[in-house]
Amino acid sequence: MKRGNFIESSVAGFVRALGRVLMSEEIANRRGLLQALDPRVRLMGLFALVLAVVLAHRLTVVLTLFLAAVMLALCSSVSILLLAKRVWLVVLVFTGMIALPAIFLTPGTRVAAFAGGALPITAQGLSAAALLIARVETAVTFTTLLVLCTSWTHVLKALRWFCIPPEAITMLAMTHRYAFLLIDTASQMFESRRSRTVGHLPRAALRRMTARTAGVLLSKSIALSDEVYLAMQSRGFRGEVHILSEFHMKAWDYVGLLAFLGAGGIAVWAGR
Amino acid sequence: MHIPDGYLSPSTCATLYAGAVAGWYGAFRRLKRTLLSRVVPLISVFAAFAFVVMMFNLPLPGGTTGHAIGVTIAAIVLGPAGAILAISIALAIQALFFGDGGITTLGANCFNMAIVGSLVAYASYRLIAAGASVASRRRIAAAAIAGYLAVNASAVVAAIEFGIQPLLFRDAGGTPLYAPYSMRVALPAMMIGHLTFAGLAEAVISAGLVAYLQVADPALLQATSGSRPGWEESSEAVRVTAKGQRRLWLAVGLLMLLTPLGVLAAGKAWGEWSPAEFVVAEAQSPVTAAGVPVGTVPAGMQRLANLWTAPFPAYAPTFMKSAAFGYFLSAMFGVGLLLSLSLLVQGYLARRRGTRYST
Repeated sequence: MKRGNFIESSVAGFVRALGRVLMSEEIANRRGLLQALDPRVRLMGLFALVLAVVLAHRLTVVLTLFLAAVMLALCSSVSILLLAKRVWLVVLVFTGMIALPAIFLTPGTRVAAFAGGALPITAQGLSAAALLIARVETAVTFTTLLVLCTSWTHVLKALRWFCIPPEAITMLAMTHRYAFLLIDTASQMFESRRSRTVGHLPRAALRRMTARTAGVLLSKSIALSDEVYLAMQSRGFRGEVHILSEFHMKAWDYVGLLAFLGAGGIAVWAGR
Repeated sequence: MHIPDGYLSPSTCATLYAGAVAGWYGAFRRLKRTLLSRVVPLISVFAAFAFVVMMFNLPLPGGTTGHAIGVTIAAIVLGPAGAILAISIALAIQALFFGDGGITTLGANCFNMAIVGSLVAYASYRLIAAGASVASRRRIAAAAIAGYLAVNASAVVAAIEFGIQPLLFRDAGGTPLYAPYSMRVALPAMMIGHLTFAGLAEAVISAGLVAYLQVADPALLQATSGSRPGWEESSEAVRVTAKGQRRLWLAVGLLMLLTPLGVLAAGKAWGEWSPAEFVVAEAQSPVTAAGVPVGTVPAGMQRLANLWTAPFPAYAPTFMKSAAFGYFLSAMFGVGLLLSLSLLVQGYLARRRGTRYST
């Protein structure tokens, strides 16, 4: 990264995060297989599939689940190109970097060797690396499908059905809301700083500037929490959380739930 | 350090979820002592702040950039309980909304970063900054060191989690089923990045934030300064604690009244024999199988038995005729002794705190 470019990269990161939110909301409102299901079924079903991926010990089973994830994405109006750019490529690079040395470091049956035999490739190493990459790709694809096809308010409402304390859900909801407010505030602070900066600042000055920006953001956050507290008090909030829920399971939702749980169960059984 | 799904086995994930749930429960209980309606927005907005701070690109020495977690400043401003919840919520949002860190590994990520990180940051900050005023430069150094230690402690725990995977989870052919590296590889691989960049990023942002707050908003540093009660120890908390203490004393009094029940118990607890009781056949029966000859007392036991003579042997002072009253008197004496010691320690600590206020 070029010297002084970190302001741009921070701002780009904030804009990217806001863009992702808008895109998720847009995909969640499309017509599709996952969107048609009750959010509780989506949450429970996709979690069951993630669990099946983690429990499966066979590469073929994990790859079958990956194909199922691709089919689900296609049926839910989620672009394969989007998944490839946002999930598969990123996971491949990161997990690939982590998994690659395992090919050489895992003891086992030698299948090939580099550098005159100093770097032996083992069958066990290849299997371990392939299994790790396939498993992470598949699990992250299922999680991303959940995030893309379910609006955040529905995720929170669905969590209420899984014995998560209401206070925790309220905090999650408030954090999500204020995170984007603070992202917007931080983005504006960095933008205004960039507009007032001529030339390049030394790195030490950039560090101080970042810490000061974070400090101002912290003060603003605390002031914001005071305002929210007063607003909650004025509305009579006494710590009890009541969430309206209008989720209704239909026959289609039960079929979906059974299909998810059945697929997960079969995958766990076949992948032993 | 955000572990994605697939790196850890389900049993490791379940164990770490259990550890995280214990941490969340403890933190939540501690915070519930304060006004819940005050805690909810404070933790939520702080979690949002931590979430945004994790997105800051920080220029580091050597021409690279890094990200902080924000766990240290959370522990300094909110205390450990608040930090555990705020960072956990930020991590949950990252996992559920951005796919950064897995769902099955959320417990592990919260355990490593929110719980271990917060506790290490808080303990090291309090230890290094002990006795320093809020405006002291020592607090800046303490925040930097606490940040560095917290991130590296979290990384060590994560590396151990990775390192145990190939030891415990392999298939019949010897293929590792989850993270494939042994501790010998996982630990240095994980620590190189954290000892150099990630720890430094947390140290820089924590020190910078404390330096900023010392000038702009010193009240935020009061909570964990040790010089004044923080928001966790507000009047509400003190009132609730006082109520709890009253109940505790009532329970202690009741138990003291019930102590004579002890004389009704017959027999001797296994392994609590005196040398005289040891030679009795009944006491010997469980140990004869181990080859100890009947009727003999081990030489070591005999030698150590007379090392110390209790003032109230067997909870019965020698001058008492009634065993039940002797039991009761022993209970009174024990509780009184513990109470006196506790009051002495409290008095000493209060005097020390008073000296610090006056300086």
